[in-house]
Amino acid sequence: MKVQGADKPQQGQALSPREEAVRRLKIKGFLDPDGKPMPRRQFFVSLALAWAAFAAALGGALSVIGVFMVPRVDFTKVEVFKVGPPGDFPPDSVDVSFMPAHRVWIVNHDHRIFAIWAYCRHLGCTPNWMPDAKIFKCPCHGSGYTIDGVNFEGPAPSPMWRCEVTVGDDGQIVVNKGQIYAWEKSEWDDPRSFIPA
Amino acid sequence: MLDKLKNTVLDSQIKKSIFRVGIPNTDRKRVLIVLGNVVLHLHPTKVRTSGVKLRYTWCAGGLSFFLFLVLTLTGVLLMFYYRPTVEGAYVDMLDMRSQVPFGIMRELHRWSAHAMVIMVMVHMFRVFMTGSYKPPREFNWCIGVLLLVLTFLLSFTGYLLPWDQLAIWAITVGSNMARATPVFGAGGPFADFLQIGGVPLVHPGDDARFMLIGARELGGTTLLRFYVLHCVGIPLIAAVLMAIHFWRIRKDGGVSGPL
Repeated sequence: MKVQGADKPQQGQALSPREEAVRRLKIKGFLDPDGKPMPRRQFFVSLALAWAAFAAALGGALSVIGVFMVPRVDFTKVEVFKVGPPGDFPPDSVDVSFMPAHRVWIVNHDHRIFAIWAYCRHLGCTPNWMPDAKIFKCPCHGSGYTIDGVNFEGPAPSPMWRCEVTVGDDGQIVVNKGQIYAWEKSEWDDPRSFIPA
Repeated sequence: MLDKLKNTVLDSQIKKSIFRVGIPNTDRKRVLIVLGNVVLHLHPTKVRTSGVKLRYTWCAGGLSFFLFLVLTLTGVLLMFYYRPTVEGAYVDMLDMRSQVPFGIMRELHRWSAHAMVIMVMVHMFRVFMTGSYKPPREFNWCIGVLLLVLTFLLSFTGYLLPWDQLAIWAITVGSNMARATPVFGAGGPFADFLQIGGVPLVHPGDDARFMLIGARELGGTTLLRFYVLHCVGIPLIAAVLMAIHFWRIRKDGGVSGPL
């Protein structure tokens, strides 16, 4: 049976304040029965383990937030579309009719037909085709590109990307925006990046 | 008779329960009244005359906070009408101006936002020119720089919400900068090192820009993410930092005064 105050010293056994403190620390487990404190090394190891556990929990929680922000499925539409037979695109022409739906120009230049993705390599705006000057000009920061999509003025660091073009069974050109050809990776001579004209 | 009534009111249980102190007939009790009440506690127990010199402080920090309060109030009101969806955002923004009573609420939010950005910069300018960033106020200056960044981020995220051409292209440009993030941006330095057997770990489908806009290109996911950041995420962080900022002003010796 638990008696209230059993842990208190009996009357008449007067303890000094220090003895009283040691007695209480023994009850709480901070001192072993011999009155010795936790070894210093054990204290620091426990402290380090506690901080490591806290840091791991915090890092784990932040990682969870980071991973949570990227979904498992990428719902980006892969655009594959027909633009018509190669004969529709005369030499040194830029066809802007697929811009509203697909953001792509069909260009016939230097005996090649290719599809330029209208995505400025500076910060992603849509450049405009200037038929009089025969250049592409970005409205955001003034990047200029020649008819083959090569940057020649403004902040753009590289030529615009080209999309895969193939001739389908019905003789029509098929543009695949899911496959990109970059000049800086020397991909513009890849046979799937253009159609000889 | 009147004195008795006054004593009854000032010494009543209700008054004591709110202010915790009886009749404030000593300086100690007057201070305790301020210290023991959360509303009165927001104001310091004493203000130096230099602290209210408008020609010195311009009240720029106070006006910044006032604008933050205006923006919180008008912003919450706008949330009752605004839907952060591709179909809803632009028409809701137009309707808030023409179909809702006090359509000026949207303009108040917009103009206060512009004013807050300016006022926060004016505040920083004043603190710099008066040397108020010097010890013991260095830490509070750093908190203030973080608050300046958060103000810009609030302005940036709010910029997209009208979902008009200006907004979309501005955020296209702004979010494309995240491509250049070191390590975590698909076009940034050191990102190429993170790959396993030729398969890149950081690509346009999972890099820093993707996390920001929720897709490879701007769209409905971007609008929703920016909406949540604008209405909840950033204001919460800013409120915590503002509490620290204001608390430190008093702990560092009050509003700085002329030397």
